[in-house]
Amino acid sequence: MSKKTLFDKVWDSHVVDSIENGPQILYIDKHLIHEVTSPQAFNELENRGIPIFRPNQIVATADHNTPTLNQDQPVKDALSRHQLEQLSINCKKNNITLYELGHKYNGIVHVMAPELGITQPGITMVCGDSHTSTHGAFGTIAFGIGTSQVAQVFASQCLLLTKPKSLRVTVNGKLKKGVLPKDVILYIISKLGTNSGTGYFCEYAGNVFEEMSMEGRMTVCNMSIEMGARGGMIAPDQTTFNYIKNREFAPKGEAFEKKVAYWKTLPTDEGAAFDKEYHFDAADIEPMVTYGTNPGMGIKISDTIPVEENPSFKKSLAYMDFEAGESLINKPINYVFIGSCTNSRIEDFRVAANFIKGKKKADNVTAWLVPGSKQVETQIIDEGLKDIFTEAGFELRQPGCSACLAMNDDKIPQGEYCVSTSNRNFEGRQGQGSRTILASPLVAAATAIEGKIIDITKHLN
Amino acid sequence: MEKFRTLTSTAIPLNIENVDTDQIIPARFLKATDKKGFGDNVFRDWRFHKDGSINESFILNNKVYSGSILIAGDNFGCGSSREHAAWAIGGYGFKVVVSSFFADIFKGNALNNGLLPVQVSKEFLEHLLQDVTSNPETLVKVNLEQQTIAIEGSDLSEMFAIDPYKKTCMINGYDDIDYLINNKKLIEAFEANKIY
Repeated sequence: MSKKTLFDKVWDSHVVDSIENGPQILYIDKHLIHEVTSPQAFNELENRGIPIFRPNQIVATADHNTPTLNQDQPVKDALSRHQLEQLSINCKKNNITLYELGHKYNGIVHVMAPELGITQPGITMVCGDSHTSTHGAFGTIAFGIGTSQVAQVFASQCLLLTKPKSLRVTVNGKLKKGVLPKDVILYIISKLGTNSGTGYFCEYAGNVFEEMSMEGRMTVCNMSIEMGARGGMIAPDQTTFNYIKNREFAPKGEAFEKKVAYWKTLPTDEGAAFDKEYHFDAADIEPMVTYGTNPGMGIKISDTIPVEENPSFKKSLAYMDFEAGESLINKPINYVFIGSCTNSRIEDFRVAANFIKGKKKADNVTAWLVPGSKQVETQIIDEGLKDIFTEAGFELRQPGCSACLAMNDDKIPQGEYCVSTSNRNFEGRQGQGSRTILASPLVAAATAIEGKIIDITKHLN
Repeated sequence: MEKFRTLTSTAIPLNIENVDTDQIIPARFLKATDKKGFGDNVFRDWRFHKDGSINESFILNNKVYSGSILIAGDNFGCGSSREHAAWAIGGYGFKVVVSSFFADIFKGNALNNGLLPVQVSKEFLEHLLQDVTSNPETLVKVNLEQQTIAIEGSDLSEMFAIDPYKKTCMINGYDDIDYLINNKKLIEAFEANKIY
């Protein structure tokens, strides 16, 4: 029998049919939707008189466009309110489960689905959001789609796709103190660039990922799209099974054991071939920060910005108001954001709280903490982390995508830097004229305390 | 979806690499529930200053350049999956985007909306950018059936690749929904015999 990768096994088991010299029909098990990229797809089907094929395989949440304050009150912004109402109407009309604002299961789509046990190994998942790659942490084929494709899945529970090529990134060795999963993925992207993964599905392998928690694995897979890969995957193992067990929608009892037996067959066969492979040494990774306007423009926190002649590179530095060759250490920072589908899980807030405990944020800093879901919010309160944050002067908001993409009111002002745990540092991503520096929750917390970027590695030792 | 066969047009050179979908259409304009009107806000924060005044130095505001072909730097359309980016570019009046590399999701979204992404070699892109920038009257000819792109009045041309199925869809104005729905029996049979 031919040797197969994790990706091959899951993909091949979902092929309904293949068009000669063309794409394949791929079956989709779970379809997650939200308010921003679904309304036009609902309209499309309605206009063409096509019913939703499998409404019970769709789960909806409101996250992109929701306020993070006063969620019990009507949404002030009329356009946002209309979009949220439209989602409610569409879901009701089509019998789709919706965790709307205020629901105990509401949250960022890529935080709420895993914590409810909706995300499981060996299945295919899509969502009209590029960070759907997050769910690959479970050994799931999960990827972002456009709204036309949302309509296709509505109509047929399938997509027409050409099978992507395979890529494996292996990181072995021991991570240094203070190096978090976010640093690992920022490091990988800084080495490989923002388009090295385009056309590929990426598997992350090596002891570094094997030893990571599910939260950490989700952070890594989340940013696969930032190197262009449609999705990232990590082989399911005991850590995965333990995480899923007893979650709301996870199979229970004997059914769970049967699933686990199947999930254990999914990891890549020894000797299976990948189209492209990269290897990195964990010991070379340090806490990372970005200095430019794409996630590939990252450096070790103690390094200096590289010098390049490329006009796009120069345009990027001019936007950030940074000089080639300079260090970011001691740069004053007035905004810190801990949140987004990359880093808004309980583990991220524990890391931040652990550093912050007993300290006060710097006077110049506005620090927003935005949990990824209602469940994470509850956990933050139950574990006593909220008190630590409040005493330190941080502001704990209600769940949502928030300042990651600044669709709601959570915007960073023009010209201001924000050290952010989110996934994109594009121009204006966090508000018109805002300047984003991507980092781990630990670096973000330390920045808020100091009011400037510090060399966290020295601080920890 | 509109049909596409050939197009001969002047072009607008956008010589910037890694143009992400947040630049094409910033998130604050994603609140609409239909597909119309996004063209008004394409490249919004490059076309306008924060106070609403026009950024004269941005290429789309340079009246010398016009046309329904956009020529952009490497890795065009990276970032978010928002199809609004394809709607915005199409809504502004572009029918073709040329680059040496496209991000996956953007490319798919463009094809699903009758906006043709033409991927050319880095050398050809250089030529195109140079010719169009120095002579805004330069005509660029795109022929989907033959899969060629050429600079009129010169012997410069190149073949481009496109999935044969997607090519048929573009030429005939079909979309994937029709195809998938016609295969419902197969899909139901698959569901009944899932091996996982």
